[in-house]
Amino acid sequence: MTQTAPPPAAPAAAPGDRRRRGRAATSLGAASGLGLGIALVWFSLLVLIPLTAVLVQASAGGWSTYWSILTNAQTVAALELTVGQAVLVTAVNVVIGTAIAWVLVRDHFPGKRVLEVVIDIPFALPTIVAGLVLLSLYGPSSPLGLNWANTQIAVFLAFLFVTLPFIVRTVEPVLIELEPEVEEAAASLGASRFTTFRMIILPSLAPAITSGAALSFARAISEYGSLVLLSGNLPYSTEVASVRILSFVEGDNLVDAAAVASILLLVALVVIVALDVLSRRVARYG
Amino acid sequence: MSIRISGVGKSFGGFTALADIDLDIATGELTALLGPSGGGKSTLLRIIAGLEVADTGSVEIEGVDATRLPAQKRNVGFVFQHYAAFRHLSVAGNVSFGLKIRKRPRKEITARVAELLELVHLSQFADRLPAQLSGGQRQRMALARALAIEPTVLLLDEPFGALDAKVRRELRNWLRRLHDEVHVTTVFVTHDQEEALEVADRIVVINHGRIEQVGSPDELYDRPASEFVMSFLGPVTTLHGHLVRPHDLEIETRPFGGATPGWVERFTRVGFEVRLDVRLDDGAATSSVLVTLTRADATAKGLAEGVQVWIKPVAGASRVRIGTPTEDVRNADSSLNAVDAVSEPTFS
Amino acid sequence: MRRPTKARWVLRIVVVAYLFLLVIWPVALVAKATFAHGLGPVITALTEPEVVFAFELTISVAFWAVVLNTIFGVGISLLLVRYTFPGRRALNALVDLPLSVSPIVVGLALLLVYSGRTGWLGRTLESAGLQVIYAPPGIILATAFVSVPVVVREIVPVLHEIGTEQEQAARSLGASGLQTFLRITLPAIRWALLYGVVLSLARSLGEYGAVKIVSGGVAMRTQTATLLVEERYQQFGAANATTAYAAAFVLALLAVVALIIVTSLRPDKENS
Repeated sequence: MTQTAPPPAAPAAAPGDRRRRGRAATSLGAASGLGLGIALVWFSLLVLIPLTAVLVQASAGGWSTYWSILTNAQTVAALELTVGQAVLVTAVNVVIGTAIAWVLVRDHFPGKRVLEVVIDIPFALPTIVAGLVLLSLYGPSSPLGLNWANTQIAVFLAFLFVTLPFIVRTVEPVLIELEPEVEEAAASLGASRFTTFRMIILPSLAPAITSGAALSFARAISEYGSLVLLSGNLPYSTEVASVRILSFVEGDNLVDAAAVASILLLVALVVIVALDVLSRRVARYG
Repeated sequence: MSIRISGVGKSFGGFTALADIDLDIATGELTALLGPSGGGKSTLLRIIAGLEVADTGSVEIEGVDATRLPAQKRNVGFVFQHYAAFRHLSVAGNVSFGLKIRKRPRKEITARVAELLELVHLSQFADRLPAQLSGGQRQRMALARALAIEPTVLLLDEPFGALDAKVRRELRNWLRRLHDEVHVTTVFVTHDQEEALEVADRIVVINHGRIEQVGSPDELYDRPASEFVMSFLGPVTTLHGHLVRPHDLEIETRPFGGATPGWVERFTRVGFEVRLDVRLDDGAATSSVLVTLTRADATAKGLAEGVQVWIKPVAGASRVRIGTPTEDVRNADSSLNAVDAVSEPTFS
Repeated sequence: MRRPTKARWVLRIVVVAYLFLLVIWPVALVAKATFAHGLGPVITALTEPEVVFAFELTISVAFWAVVLNTIFGVGISLLLVRYTFPGRRALNALVDLPLSVSPIVVGLALLLVYSGRTGWLGRTLESAGLQVIYAPPGIILATAFVSVPVVVREIVPVLHEIGTEQEQAARSLGASGLQTFLRITLPAIRWALLYGVVLSLARSLGEYGAVKIVSGGVAMRTQTATLLVEERYQQFGAANATTAYAAAFVLALLAVVALIIVTSLRPDKENS
């Protein structure tokens, strides 16, 4: 089955899994030490240092400044909207994402391969184009007569669109790996199809669903491009956190921008750590 | 009769897995379905369990027609080759699963689980996860899990196939002793004839979707109904158009009544056994005859490569005439098979 | 379980309807809107000098971003899988970070470090004559940032799976580290690598939020295709709208083509 890389099943390389074949992890020699050094320099220049700069800048004015920026009414509204819609969208994705994965793995009908590509489209599509795409069906010129542009529903839809692949792609491989014998065993012990799903299949999927949900949430709160054309970015109404940050940047107010950005960054870090912990837990089940 | 199978047939696409199977399995018996891979024995087992539906025929379990009954309602215990453990549940969780489904009271479940874990010697692993157990331990857990629901019938699909040889032998004996203690009607599938011969009360030999023969291990080994059964259950060699067991051939370095002359082409020693490839003098371009005997005997008779010998089947040796068609014998009565008593050969 | 039950049909319909309303129909509508006035206007729009420049810039930026990410991605993957060192687990987790970070935050972060005026490193670089922000190098960095994990995530599982036996065999036959890499490791991971490259190319072509901050969006200078789409859509006039849709359509087409390539690579990967 297709699996696009970035919506992952687990963070790359669960470390310390000694069970892997040929796992001769050697310690660094001279050449590889140099390689590591170069890689770290590049990674630092590109990722680590810039992100650290955000945190540093955010705390530039001290704790009280930081706090006052975050409690600014418009900022609070933006954060509430962002987090609220992200949670809602994640909840929807848990259900529909699992359902989509189930249909892709367990069901067979003509045209199913097409759906595999369709699911990855939100991931590969430029976000600004995504906004245009959603506008065509849910904006002023909608053939269905809907006009949800510049409303909170637009935010909901945009989040829904960009987070589509995540849970599907984390659940799919787990579903594929499920042994049919396990379900047969449950049946032979007297479990109905539904009981088997509830007590046997779902628990096996839980870690994958959780990691997909974490990624979905992180992606949703980060979204920007699709909202530019779709939501109107109206303060107190349809303005999300990333838009707020952008307006600070455009106003050359980098401290405020960094402060709000630090919140988003913190959430991203929490998600990463949670996924790492989760993947170790799952490795226990073998 | 615990299980009665009548006229069962099953095809997958163009492939016929089972053709018109009739079989009765008595209550409390330990029966082996033996045969080569792809022969249909697993399919038959799964049809009994309700995990597959037969195209034709019927399955009766303890007098009740179970043909259309789903697996959930048949109260059969099933053990899979690769354990099918519930990975996220502990050992105790696995074993108690069937009882939880049936909404038994908590106390009853705890007691029964403890009893079963004791039976399979896994009591100290009750809270472990299956991933932390060895293959043999997982299979014992799977057995306990199947027995927990007090099944009418216990079915095992190549239960020791995924284990290594030593563990396989241990568990084989252990299954036999378990059956002696628990007495539930048990059917297991295997392609290992040694396993079937050692463990089962009765063996059903299945090949190409048909029953070749049914009988006790002795009956099948000593009075095989066909070439296939004879060659599948033990070593065979060909002598004068008959299949005969290599250890049933008398061999001497001088002629004796009715013996065929030849010479030792190859002398191989494997442990205590000596295997001789004997090339007959009759000039036919057939392959050599395999004769096996103990090392002591071989030394006593002065056998070595190049030595001239005379061979003849011992009195009472089982033989099957080559070209015997496979009879589709219903509930094959082993006394009606194609083995003939050893007689004087008709050559001069 | 083999017969399509009612539940199965319900599930099918729900899933297909959801995907239709969320993705399929909207994308089809955009395609329709693009060609609403025929092929002519679209061609005219796409041959506009500013549009041509924007796409050239986007493609070259994406190219360099992918090259960087591939080289360093393979390097990091090898380090993560084949070696142990203090901090490996942290590095492993941090590699995934760009995936969860908002593009706006990315832009801000790069701005803070590389801005010619106030950036930590930017000030020094500017005085040395290298402008990062509001210039192509900045756009390359922003584009590379978001695709950092893509190649790594694809290669790491494959490196795990193939194990070190082949590489050890090569070494025992006298191959040097580089030879082993070029002749043994690289061929073993080539499909995963191709997959990662195509996917990061698709993402790089479409980067918008981070680029918006670091590039300044000056037409014929630092305006990428995605920025062009935004600019033209927000201007009045049918010609501008057509240009916006035309550029968007091309970007969407490139994305879908990349996906199709990648989808057809998958089964090959599984069979090899």
